[in-house]
Amino acid sequence: MALQGLEIRQSSAGLRGTHTGIRNLPIVSKYIDTTICIGCKACEVACQEWNDLPLAQTEQVGTYQTMPETQSNYWNLIKFREVEPVEGFAWLMRKDQCMHCSDPGCLAACPAPGAIVQYQNGIVDVDPERCIGCGLCESGCPFDIPRYTVGSNKMAKCTLCVDRVEVGLEPACVKACPTGCLQFGDKSALLEMAAHRVGQLKADGFVNASVYDPPGVGGTGVITILKHGDHPEWYGLPKDPHVPTAVSFWKKILHPIGFISMAAVLVGLAGHFMAFGPKKPKDFSGDTGDNKKDGAA
Amino acid sequence: MTNGWVDIKNADVVLVMGGNPAENHPCGFKWAIEAKKTRNAKIVSVDPRFTRTSAVADIYAPIRPGTDIAFLNGIMRHAVATGRFHEEYVKIHTNAPYIISEKFSFNEGLFAGYNAEKQEYDKTQWAYEADPKTKAYSVDHTLQHPRCVFQLFKKHIDRYTPEMVEKICGTPKDQFLKVADMVTSTGNAKRVGTVLYALGWTQHSVGVQMIRGAAMLQLLLGNVGRPGGGVNALRGHSNIQGATDMAGTFEILPGYLQTPRAELVDLKTYLEKVPPKTLNDEAWASMNYWQNYPKFMVSLLKAMYGKAATKENDFGYEWLPKVDGNYSWMYIYDDMYRGSSTRAGGTEPAPEGFITFGMNPVGIGPNTPKTLAALAKLKWLVVGENYEIETATFWDSKKTEKYGGLPSAQIQTEVYQLPCAGFAEKDGTFTNSARWLQWKWKAVDPPGNAKTDQEVLARIFLAVRDLYKAEGGALPEAVLNASWAYTNPASPDLGEVLKETSGKALADIPDPKDPTKILVKAGEQLSGFGQLQADGSTMCGNWLHSGVYTQAGNIAQKRDNADPTGLGMFHNWSFAWPANRRVMYNRASADAEGKPWDPTRPGISWNGEKWVGDVPDMKPDAPPGQFGAFIMNAEGVGRIFAPALADGPMPEHYEAIEAATDNILHPKVTSNPVSKKFKSDKDLYGKKEDFPIICTTYRLTELYHYWTEHTAALNQLQPGFFIEIPEALAKEKGIENGGRAKVTSARGSIEGVAMVTKRLRGLMVDGKPLWHIGFPIHWGYQDDPKHAGPLANFLTPTAMDPNTWTPEFKTFLVKLEKGSGDGTPRT
Repeated sequence: MALQGLEIRQSSAGLRGTHTGIRNLPIVSKYIDTTICIGCKACEVACQEWNDLPLAQTEQVGTYQTMPETQSNYWNLIKFREVEPVEGFAWLMRKDQCMHCSDPGCLAACPAPGAIVQYQNGIVDVDPERCIGCGLCESGCPFDIPRYTVGSNKMAKCTLCVDRVEVGLEPACVKACPTGCLQFGDKSALLEMAAHRVGQLKADGFVNASVYDPPGVGGTGVITILKHGDHPEWYGLPKDPHVPTAVSFWKKILHPIGFISMAAVLVGLAGHFMAFGPKKPKDFSGDTGDNKKDGAA
Repeated sequence: MTNGWVDIKNADVVLVMGGNPAENHPCGFKWAIEAKKTRNAKIVSVDPRFTRTSAVADIYAPIRPGTDIAFLNGIMRHAVATGRFHEEYVKIHTNAPYIISEKFSFNEGLFAGYNAEKQEYDKTQWAYEADPKTKAYSVDHTLQHPRCVFQLFKKHIDRYTPEMVEKICGTPKDQFLKVADMVTSTGNAKRVGTVLYALGWTQHSVGVQMIRGAAMLQLLLGNVGRPGGGVNALRGHSNIQGATDMAGTFEILPGYLQTPRAELVDLKTYLEKVPPKTLNDEAWASMNYWQNYPKFMVSLLKAMYGKAATKENDFGYEWLPKVDGNYSWMYIYDDMYRGSSTRAGGTEPAPEGFITFGMNPVGIGPNTPKTLAALAKLKWLVVGENYEIETATFWDSKKTEKYGGLPSAQIQTEVYQLPCAGFAEKDGTFTNSARWLQWKWKAVDPPGNAKTDQEVLARIFLAVRDLYKAEGGALPEAVLNASWAYTNPASPDLGEVLKETSGKALADIPDPKDPTKILVKAGEQLSGFGQLQADGSTMCGNWLHSGVYTQAGNIAQKRDNADPTGLGMFHNWSFAWPANRRVMYNRASADAEGKPWDPTRPGISWNGEKWVGDVPDMKPDAPPGQFGAFIMNAEGVGRIFAPALADGPMPEHYEAIEAATDNILHPKVTSNPVSKKFKSDKDLYGKKEDFPIICTTYRLTELYHYWTEHTAALNQLQPGFFIEIPEALAKEKGIENGGRAKVTSARGSIEGVAMVTKRLRGLMVDGKPLWHIGFPIHWGYQDDPKHAGPLANFLTPTAMDPNTWTPEFKTFLVKLEKGSGDGTPRT
């Protein structure tokens, strides 16, 4: 994982995360305008190709949707839904993926130090080396995103293409989107654009149009324009997502108490030890990537 | 497209009918989205299915498959009845004032001149009336003459009231009126609307008339020629426009010149009979640009036969094949199946061999059992492809028996399979829907022994020529005199071919304005078709593409994205035929004085000396009023009444060949009276009593035709064949979502996964409920077995449009049952 280039804002089990104030990183966001998404799935393929994810086995079960849910090796998915508002009919298509919450439930729930991190720019990432495969992140996520890779027993999800973002590129899905319903950039600028688009929709008679940026999770790093903003559930989005109470209790109340926190860390490390045996933590100043290559050299 | 992809961003209203661009043209469709975002344009989707386009449209209206003419005529009636049309435009730029022959009539579903035995019209009965004194066209600029086009048109469409539209199309009246109001909101100088269509219009037995309906509507609203307007065909393949331009069908030569017929015995006769003549000889006359036909034709012959083409031998005209019959797809296969051809009057042998490149006849033709049986009668078959396609294994009865294929032992056809390069494995041009010839560079070398199409064809040609040299044969001149002046004759460089297509001077061409000067020196590339000559001093493989390769180089390679017009014209990005013009008929974007109807979206305008803006579709220095705006029409104006098509001068509602209901307008004439059926034992047509459900076929974003289902990543996105069924119908038949469904037509049965959906719904047609279902076409028996699906065209009929002979894939009759799960297709 590419951790060096970005400062970490917060990290699971609270081991790291200091705002040095040295770098001034804007909060980034992905912008999804569901009102002009045509469900072409270019984003699905782009994600798979950029991240070198293997092909999934799928079968036709009576839907245009590629598979029922995102998977550990399929990080974004257009969800197709047929709904009947009071007037007319709508075929809604929304790109489902990690929402990169400002207050990430997965990170709060994770007991493995540094396995889930949030960078200063808002991207929520997973460090598989530190992930112990315990599954608690799943219970912390109000959007039901984290998934486990069978075999390696690690959690994986959309990284918002942090490796591209770091070098000034947009995420692969955004690059591939033919209609421009996906955008990427500084969240404050995208919120302005979103407000303009919502204004257009309201003027067109969709009085409930809104930007989905739920405050219950502190806002998200993926903001979504909904024509039927009063019914996010029609799009497969929770109406008022919150980090589950137990998780926030853990994170906000218990966690600061050093002793219990320490105990949790030990539990996490014990889990890690049981799963993988003794292993020295990586030195972050060194090459964390291609060890095989180093070994061969 | 009369306009172009980028130009859609200039529209206020985007009417999508007979097409589903969000699904099939997602990259082009971005410009409709752009119009929506930047101009608050409205997208209107009229479709039997609620499609991916409908999902992002502002207005959706359902329509019964195949009834688009009634819908379009209804919109036009609404426009005239409410005055929501561009009257000034109609008066100056269309044939609305032109008076039609007394012989013209329309009664009980038939236009004047119908010959029931031949199923043909005598089109002379629809002709313009010549003024007895001037011999020019008779016109009434007040539009009041009872036989002027406007009055005939008004009378013709008057039957298509909103109530009638609802009865025929099943579109609820309020939804129809919502569409009609939105579309006709562009019937003025301030606003402009575009029409986007694709195979949802062409693949009907009334396909051309549907498109005519759109052309008339756009003329009536004053939207033709204007940025943001036009009638825009969204072509189905990346280079299908280029294929058509270069003589993709039997009846045309490159540049839409006519293939000679036997009665046109020599070049002189051909050039007298074929180019259209104008009766206009007064002010606002016609340029009748086709008067330059001899220049195009002679230059083409010089490109084909080189030095062998001389003035004395008619430039080799007699070596061109003469076509007296119909050699379109279904006729070729009918001949092949029946074993003889009677198209030209006599009896000739059927084709004994067949060469196919870049297509998959078993997949793409209607009525698969007939296609398979026809191929089995060939002596030899050559298939040039990237994959082993269904056509290459048509003889394998293990795969084909369920489609009615013959046992392998009974098939004697020798099949040659040639591995060919894919599009990314060769250079060349793609001509897109916007008529842009864009050069593309080879990305990778073809794998293994795969060769480019041009190399395969060149080698076959050279071998055939050697045989002719050694042994002689029928009509040797056509082969021996063919010009083949390529650096590498066995694999011509496509840049050289493009140069030939664009044209060059064979002798010094004098400047017509000053004969002492030389305009183009011998051997130089021409700058455009304006320099072509009829005396053999120029050669040009396709006059419409002339200018794509000039002395300045390969213009198709230009990639300058500066756009000083701000309208997305991009004149220095590739080359748009004709003459790098981005909006065709753009003279009509301005009024009689040459002022743009909308100064914020000018096409061209008259600056006192010349036309400026886009490349003018007009003599650049001809002042307003000298020539009519439609220079390719002999009458100089746009045609609301077109006395040219096989099936009538104005569109009339006919049911499909397999009619789901009676024709309530004229019960005696149900279907298109000039659309002929085939008569072999394999040509079975269903009746509504036996097959009460309408079926239609279509394509998906995730897959491309019969090709990408060989690609694992795309199979992942659309893993297999499915049948879309309305909820209430599925319930009636006991079919569950994700369960099996079986569809049967008069040709056979197929089974697949049922997709039960709210996006298709039954429609009330003349008081009775009618259902329609549909399925995509992409699969076949050569796919990865995990993803293989039935051939969609197993079910489609050998029915066709009488102008283009395009099969009627979009409306046919079936019955629907719960599937048994035992696999099947079967006859």
